[in-house]
Parts: sequence; structure tokens; C-alpha cells
Amino acid sequence: MSEPAVQLKTSPHLRDAHPVDKIMRHVVYALMPICLFSIYQFGLSVLALIICCTLVCVGTEDLFCRLNHRPSTAGDWSAVITGILLALILPPSFPLWMAAVASFVSIAVGKLFFGGLGFNVFNPALVGRAFAQAAFTVPITTWTPAMVQVRFKEFIPSTFTFPFASPPDLRPWMDGLPIDGFTGATPLALMKFDHIDTEAAELFVGTVAGSAGETSSLLILLCGCYLAFRKMLNWKIVASVLGSAALFSLVFWLKSPELYPTPLFTLTSGGLMLGAVFMATDMVSSPVTPLGIVLYGVLIGVVTVMIRLFGGLNEGVMYAILLANAATPLLNDLTQPRIYGATRKPRRKEAKA
Amino acid sequence: MKMKFGVPPSGGFSEDASATSTVSHARKASRDLKAPGGSRLKAELRSVFRGSFSHGIHPAENKQFTAGKAIRRLPFPERLVLPLSMHAGKPSVPLVRKGQEVVRGEPIARADGFVSVPLHAPASGVISEIRLMPTARGPRTLSLILDVYAGDPQEVGYGAPADVGALSPDEIVTAVQNTGLVGLGGAAFPTHVKMKVPEGSQIDTILINGCECEPFLTTDHRLMLEQAADLVEGTRILMRAMGAKRGIIATEDNKLDAVDAIRKVLKPNDTVSAMAVETKYPQGAEKMLIKSVLNREVPGGTFPSAVGVGVFNVATTAQMGQLMPMQRGVIERVVTVTGPGVQRPGNFMVPIGTPIRWLLETCGFSGSARHLIMGGPMMGGTVSSLDVPITKGCGGLLVLSEHQLTTEAQMRRYPCISCAACVKACPMHLNPCELGRLAYKGQYETMAESYHLNDCFECGSCSYVCPAAIPLVQYFRIAKSSNREKAAKAS
Repeated sequence: MSEPAVQLKTSPHLRDAHPVDKIMRHVVYALMPICLFSIYQFGLSVLALIICCTLVCVGTEDLFCRLNHRPSTAGDWSAVITGILLALILPPSFPLWMAAVASFVSIAVGKLFFGGLGFNVFNPALVGRAFAQAAFTVPITTWTPAMVQVRFKEFIPSTFTFPFASPPDLRPWMDGLPIDGFTGATPLALMKFDHIDTEAAELFVGTVAGSAGETSSLLILLCGCYLAFRKMLNWKIVASVLGSAALFSLVFWLKSPELYPTPLFTLTSGGLMLGAVFMATDMVSSPVTPLGIVLYGVLIGVVTVMIRLFGGLNEGVMYAILLANAATPLLNDLTQPRIYGATRKPRRKEAKA
Repeated sequence: MKMKFGVPPSGGFSEDASATSTVSHARKASRDLKAPGGSRLKAELRSVFRGSFSHGIHPAENKQFTAGKAIRRLPFPERLVLPLSMHAGKPSVPLVRKGQEVVRGEPIARADGFVSVPLHAPASGVISEIRLMPTARGPRTLSLILDVYAGDPQEVGYGAPADVGALSPDEIVTAVQNTGLVGLGGAAFPTHVKMKVPEGSQIDTILINGCECEPFLTTDHRLMLEQAADLVEGTRILMRAMGAKRGIIATEDNKLDAVDAIRKVLKPNDTVSAMAVETKYPQGAEKMLIKSVLNREVPGGTFPSAVGVGVFNVATTAQMGQLMPMQRGVIERVVTVTGPGVQRPGNFMVPIGTPIRWLLETCGFSGSARHLIMGGPMMGGTVSSLDVPITKGCGGLLVLSEHQLTTEAQMRRYPCISCAACVKACPMHLNPCELGRLAYKGQYETMAESYHLNDCFECGSCSYVCPAAIPLVQYFRIAKSSNREKAAKAS
């Protein structure tokens, strides 16, 4: 034997799996059409927002790896996903410096403090969004109209707010635009506070006000289908989130149609679709057991509708998903699969122990 | 990856015996059970509703290298290495001295107790040495070295006809022990021990496992095509020994030609039947096959006899059908030599004890032990040296290409991202994801107590699908052996 050393490998000697970075990269691909539509809809400001968030997220990941003297994990595309997703759930007019802070918090607090990819309890992008919601209350609820004519010529004035300064009031800028009747509210807010319904078709295609990437339910569903088809996304989570939200809101709508929105409105408005397809399905922070996955989805769907209908906020997807993320370890533990050959008795014993 | 090839003529050696000795028994039993009909169309239709266990994986079959190649005999190597412990249980005790002449088929070592088997001379020649030799399992084992006579005509010069039909179940078990049969599918567990029905159990079905779900390997496939008569005869012997009313020969539906070949040697309304189940890994694991064919689940920690089933491998059964009527011993087996690293892959009937190096060189191989896998790619092991012999449990030599090795080595490890691919793959419905996390933390006892570690039979499906390239199965092996050591220390 001329071999320098004995090399013993262990079975299985073949593998067939999409590596982690490939899965992440394909999620980025799937997000691209949504980004493009968002830019088409809201213009240059969103482009700047996406670039800013992505760069800060990847930079933060890289920086922390350097500080820890570890090989950089910035190349695994997961920070890119966080950056893009965060940008897509912020309002188009969100000042860039605030977006940068939120991005830093996403990666640093939401992910790296827990130990990096695979160890985070919460979806990092939503941690950043929750931080922004608490820290930058006004800018995160300032909505601008979609399809403004000058959107490719100029930025929304608040985009380049000087760091640590408050963004300027957008009223004068919006008054100058050739559009009528924009109240500065999203369809969800219109529904909740003024009981004004928005056309389902408009919601489906996404030509309404809202966060940068959440408006077009149709596009998000299509992109999700691609990932589900490539087996990089668990469609059961999406189905259980949307199904439970639709069913739960159907109950209220049937009770008093004039007070509560239709199930279709619930599904297509706000961030539910984006949340269900791209946030709830985050592998790291969702359960692994078959039953746990369904319960997790139902929890998100039900809590979202509850917050929307009865909470002080008009949107509840973010908190619903964060809550379900927190419940994931418990769900995993309670829903261990029934193993082959198990009889009922020992299983009960174990549940007790 | 569907393959097409013709059905070669059945090459059984003991067709006559199967026809005469068991005909009365088969008629008796046929009143109780109906065997499925034998038409091709029915088989195709049944494939739509074919039973299967849930979960599992679909690795590329890669059987095209050797599936169409009939079993060939090779000239004997000059020297055979026969470890006294190539089976599970106590090592055999040598019956020969150094320098003694032996004839092909003669017993050269006897069984040491019930859980042990004798060993027979695979070729005529002289026992030149009895000493420690390396084996594929790792430790050096006391082995008989047989220098083969150059002019050996490969005829078996030992054995006497016997009427198997006249034997009682206990006599059959003893006769099977005398043949030296062990599980030829890889486990190498003495077959006669499995045939002893435990007190209080009743066996109703003998299940013959011809799934061969490991990619690349084709020995069982070829045996079903070429030795169908022996196989059916062996099934009948097993049924009688264990008191079973029916025998089912099950294979995967990528080997429908084998089902046809077996059905050709069955009698009308036979108690033995052949059927196909879904092609899926690990269909050939006995617990999975029992679920697929009979829809019964073997409770954890028990054997198939607990649900009234006896499971035996196709190669073991065919050998039984061939050897028992002549009271001969196991002296050779079929080995698939395959993979992108050999020039002339094929299925070969080789004497037990053939050095791997000799067999590989005959097939055109110029790599090193690094490329070699003994057995299939999913559960097979690597070997430290090419000088280890083919043992009774070795059904395949797989030589991977340099390219496959480097791709495998370059797979980047990531932390677990809880994608649940392993949970969806595990045929035992365990939670490899959680088990992997616990193993990472070294909590081996929790794994066994709360997460059914000991139900894992190391099929490798979880590692195969893991996007983070975590060596889950290896973690579990370590955890199990650590637990075993602790238990041994405690007692």
C-alpha cells in the first residue's frame, strides 16, 4: 500500500442533498421577482433600501466572524436573505440610517447572539422589524402611495434622512404629487379603522400602499411555488398558516359581514402572504415534526387574525410569527413522531416523563 | 432509471429435488391460502397500489452496470484466506491440521455451540497455515490459509443426497447448521438460529427478502433470475421448519423480471408466491419489508417472530435450497463487483476466502483501498487493506471513482438548520434532527431514553438527505457504543 495514511470513511458513502448555501441561494432567487416588482412599484427608494439592508446584514455577519476569529459565514447567503426580507417588510419611505440599524440588530441580536445560522430562535428579519417598530414608531407607520409617476426620477424625501435625525414630514411632498385621495393608510388600516374595503383584485396584484415587498400576494405565491417545487420550502407551513387564517376570519365574517373583513381580504392584505411564504417557513425557527409544523402554522394564522381584528394594531403577522418561533421548541417536544413499531402505552408513559 | 434486459434461462442445480420432495407438503398447505396469480398485467396493475412503508429515500439505483450480467464463475485464486469467525456468534473450531489436504466441500472447522456454524473447504488444496490474518471488520482473526491445487476442476467432491421432506423441523434446523449457512445479505447471523421459533410465537409467513435496495448491488437480482427453483425450494424448507403456511418472495418493482422468473417455477395455487413492492431505500430492511408486504409493525426491541414472520435473504434461501438436498456446506457466494472504478464489472460466483485484491484485479481495477466499499454505498464499510478475504456476508465490492470521493469530501459542513429532511426520510419515524442535536451535546443517554436511539438501524437515510452534511448516522453509532460501554461498566 503506497497510501500515506489509512483513510476510513463511514457509511453512507453517497449523499444527495441540496447543500445549505444552495438552498439559501435559491431563496434569494425566489425573492428577486418580489424585489423587482417592489422597485417598479415604489421606485428608487426601495432599491436603495434593499441594497442598504443587504449590505449591512452581510457586513455585520462578516464583522462578527472576524471579531470571533472564525471563518466568515457571510458566504452562505443566509444574511442576504435576512437583508432582503427586512427591506421588504419596511415601508418604502423608511430612512436608510434606520434601516441600517435595524439590519444590524437583525443579524447581531437576532442571529449571531444565539450562535449564528442554525441556532437562532427567532426569524432574524422579524427581530429587526420588531426593533424598528419599537424604536422608530413614526417612520415605520408612514406609508407612501404606490405607482407615483416620479418614482424613478427622485427618492422619497425621507430616504436620505441624516443619521440620528428625524425624517422630514412627507405631507408636503405627497401633496405635490399628482394623485388624489391618498390618506396615508394601508388597506388594513382603512379596513380596521374606517371600514373601507379595498378591491380584492388590487390587493392580489399589489398596486396598493404597504411595506415594500408585501403588496403583491400573487407574485409572492408564485415565488413560493417555485421554492416548494424545488423542495426548498415546506408548503405545509404555508398551507396551514393561510388555511387557519382564512377559516378563523371566515367565522367572524359570517357572524357580522359589515364589521369584519372577508377571508380573501385577510389572506391578500398586509404582510400575511409574505410572512406565510418567506418568514414562517424559515427552517431554523420552525418545528421539524410533522404535527408540530401544522400546529405552528395554525398558531401563526390564528394569532395574526386575532391581532388584526381585536388588537390595537392593524397588522399582526410579525408578532404572530415571533410568537410561534418562541413556541417552536415546545411544539417540537410535544409532537415527537410516533415511531415505527411503537405501541400506544409506552408513548403515554413517555409523555408523562 | 428503468432498465431492460431479458430473462436468462433459470440455472438452478436442484430442480429435481424441489419437484419431488416437497410436492405433497405444498398441496396440503395450498388449501388454506391463495397465492396471487402470475400474469404480467396483474403485476403491473398491482404496482399502482403497491404497499410500502412510509418515509425512506430514492437514491439513484445505478444497477445498470451489472444487472444484465449473468453470474459467472472465475478460475480459483491460488490462495484462500478463511477466517474462523466470519459469522456472528462463537468462532468455528478447526478440524484440520497444518499441511492437511482437503477436498472442495469438506468440513474444515466445526461449530462451537448453537450460535456458531461450521466451515467447509471452498476448494481442494492444502492447509498451509493457521494464523492471525486481517479481516474487513478490523481485528485480526485466526484464519485457515488454503493453498488451492492448480488443477481443481471446481467440482464439489463432498456430500450425500438426503430426503429433506422426511426431516422434522428440529432436524432441519440441525441440518441447516451443518451447511454453515449464515445471513448472506450481510448480517452473517447464523441462519439456523433464526429458524428456531421462540417459545410462545407462531410463524404464519416466511418472507423472502429480495429487495436489494442498496444501489449498485445486483447479486440478489441475478440469483432470483438464475436460481429461482433453488430459491423456491429453500422457501419451502424454511416454511416447514418454522411451521409457516405461506411463503412470500418479495422484491422491488425495478426487478419485475425476477418476479416473473420465480412465478415460472411455482405450481398453480402454490403456497409460495412472488410479489413486488415499491423501489425505495431501505425497503430491504426486514422491518420495512414486513410493513410493506404484510402491513405489520415489529414492536421495538423484538424480532419479526413477534408478529409471526420469519424473514430470510434471497441468497441465503437459494443456498439453502441448493445445499440441503445434498447435505453440502456453503463454499461460495455471488459477489457483485461494480462501480465506476472497475473496468469489467459483473456478478461472480467466487469461493469464500477469495482475497479482495485478486477479485478486483480480475475485474480491471487499479485504484487503492480508498476507493473501495465492501457492500452497498448506503450501509457498506470501507476496508483498510485489499488483502482481506470475501466472507460469507459480503455481497458486493463497490469501487467509487476519484470524482465521487472528492465531491463527497468537499461537501461543506454547516450547523443543523432544522430543515426536517431527515425527519421526513427516517423509515423508523425517529427524529434524527433532535437526536443529532443531542449527540452534538454529548447527551447520549437522553437520546436512548427519550428519543428511541436504539430503534435506529443505521440505514443512513438521514445522512444521505442532510443539506448541512452532518454525519448523523456516525453520531448515532458513537452514541450507541458509548451507551453500551456505560451499561457494560455498570453491570
